[in-house]
Amino acid sequence: MKILVCMKQVPQKDAPLKLNESGTWIREDVSYEVNEPDAYALEEALRQKEKHGGEVVVITSGPARAQQVLREALAKGADRAIHLEDDRFVGLDAYNTARAITQAIREEQFDLIFTGLQSDDYGFAQTGVVLAELLGCPHATIIMQIEKKDGGIRVKRELESGFFQFVDMPLPAVLTIQSGINKLRYATLIGIKQAKNKPLRKVTYAEVESSLGPNLQQIQRLYIPQKTKKTEMLDGAPAEIAKKLVDKLRNDVRVL
Amino acid sequence: MPNIILAIVEQREGKLNRVSWETITGAQAIAAETGWRLEAAVVGSGIGAIAAEVAAKKLAKAYAIEAAQLEAYTPDGYVAALKPFIAERKPQLVLMPHTYQVRDFAPKLATALGRALISDSIGYKKDGDKLLFTRQLFQGKFAADIQFGSDGPWLVTFQTGAFRGDQVQPGASPAAVETVAAQIPEGAIRTKPEAPFKEAKQAVDLTQAEVIVAVGRGIKEQKNIEIAKQLADALGGEIAASRPICDAGWLPMDRQIGSSGQTVAPKLYIALGISGAIQHIVGMKGARSILAVNKDAEAPIFEIADFGVVGNLFEVVPQLVEEVKKAKAG
Repeated sequence: MKILVCMKQVPQKDAPLKLNESGTWIREDVSYEVNEPDAYALEEALRQKEKHGGEVVVITSGPARAQQVLREALAKGADRAIHLEDDRFVGLDAYNTARAITQAIREEQFDLIFTGLQSDDYGFAQTGVVLAELLGCPHATIIMQIEKKDGGIRVKRELESGFFQFVDMPLPAVLTIQSGINKLRYATLIGIKQAKNKPLRKVTYAEVESSLGPNLQQIQRLYIPQKTKKTEMLDGAPAEIAKKLVDKLRNDVRVL
Repeated sequence: MPNIILAIVEQREGKLNRVSWETITGAQAIAAETGWRLEAAVVGSGIGAIAAEVAAKKLAKAYAIEAAQLEAYTPDGYVAALKPFIAERKPQLVLMPHTYQVRDFAPKLATALGRALISDSIGYKKDGDKLLFTRQLFQGKFAADIQFGSDGPWLVTFQTGAFRGDQVQPGASPAAVETVAAQIPEGAIRTKPEAPFKEAKQAVDLTQAEVIVAVGRGIKEQKNIEIAKQLADALGGEIAASRPICDAGWLPMDRQIGSSGQTVAPKLYIALGISGAIQHIVGMKGARSILAVNKDAEAPIFEIADFGVVGNLFEVVPQLVEEVKKAKAG
């Protein structure tokens, strides 16, 4: 099976984020990592390849630093990578990002396209579904299991409150992958070495520009949320804090 | 003709998903501020009763968008039904609850209409003529006011809890209900869903617990969950966790709190080493009192906590267990 995994580089989970001067985005001088659901999507693609043969291609859109995500994916076992490289890709909305990806892969024929169910920075949870519509493919979201069947695949969709649902669908298809679908592997030293020789194709903004349009949604202002709740912070040595807490639990919360 | 706000409510297996009332409450608030006309729609098969239930609220009209092929939810079916309906009625604003089902089809619907979707919005702001929608970014560390860069329809999904379902206004008299026969082309629906099911018999119903002690990534190792269990036991409560802990298999899935797990509103929720990611918060922000212990002062969990400790949970929790035991004995 030929599988495309769309991966995103996001600020590290505990990176101290600061607003930029214009208050429209964050300052980019932080450490980055792969978007966690995308790591699960890659792992799932690698497992499908191990089971059924084929090829795993990874793609990302973003500045030069985003290449790190592709290198790590190649080191884990992906076969080749595509980098839509330009600072301008950062500001694109889901619709435009999906259009850029569609344009970059127009000469390829994938059986499956995976994205993580959402990104840890924007959290829109849209790019995969938009991609499916642009490609004219069936799709399913928040997937916890994929089984190859005659004529297509059988996937397990996660629903709320501990419910699940099986869905049958033909290929090609787009799936957004839920974290926890599998256990992530580490890249081996051999893998890291081999990654250096695997193909990495760069796609410029100019190459996909004709497929893009203006962003249909714009961030007017980014800000630190106003706190509506009054949090009582307790400090001191652990033993002191414990005594103060018991006081609160007894008198305010009334569970003691 | 005033602009139309279309609130698309959700039904599952012939029953209205109650989170839909939150969407109607939000829609009513926007309608009141803008003077726009509020209509509602429900998609499915044999859903007349649901449309009638919705029509009892304060709105101008309710639609039942019907077709036999819409009995089971599929994204292809729902978009095939809603796209021509929206293209014809031309609402300025389309509102939906941010459920897993809506996440599955709303981006497809927006793209099919050549429009944008602002998803998981926590509220709106009217700024003169402009309507802005607020979203959380970076797992709740920041908020963004977002505006649409096109003409309508504008599509928005609201986060669970962004509005209060119990604040939905009833209508003085039931609104008109119109049944719309959706035309689903042959072969349009490409996925075959089976009936939803619950994986394992739930061993514990966390919604009944008065006290919940939940652990997140900050617990670092599986064996450390023991101290959280001791705290739960001392308080007569239940242990729970955020998703990553369950993904790792450190606690069973039925202990998960959040959008994929259980939604709880206990008397006391203690969050240990939980940063406060949005997917977790939606499952517990209704708790009466929230105590958060985290070594990161900037963790978003502190925004919703009543009591907070910025510190090392491995030092604080054992002390707390001792003090609680003393308090209960004395």
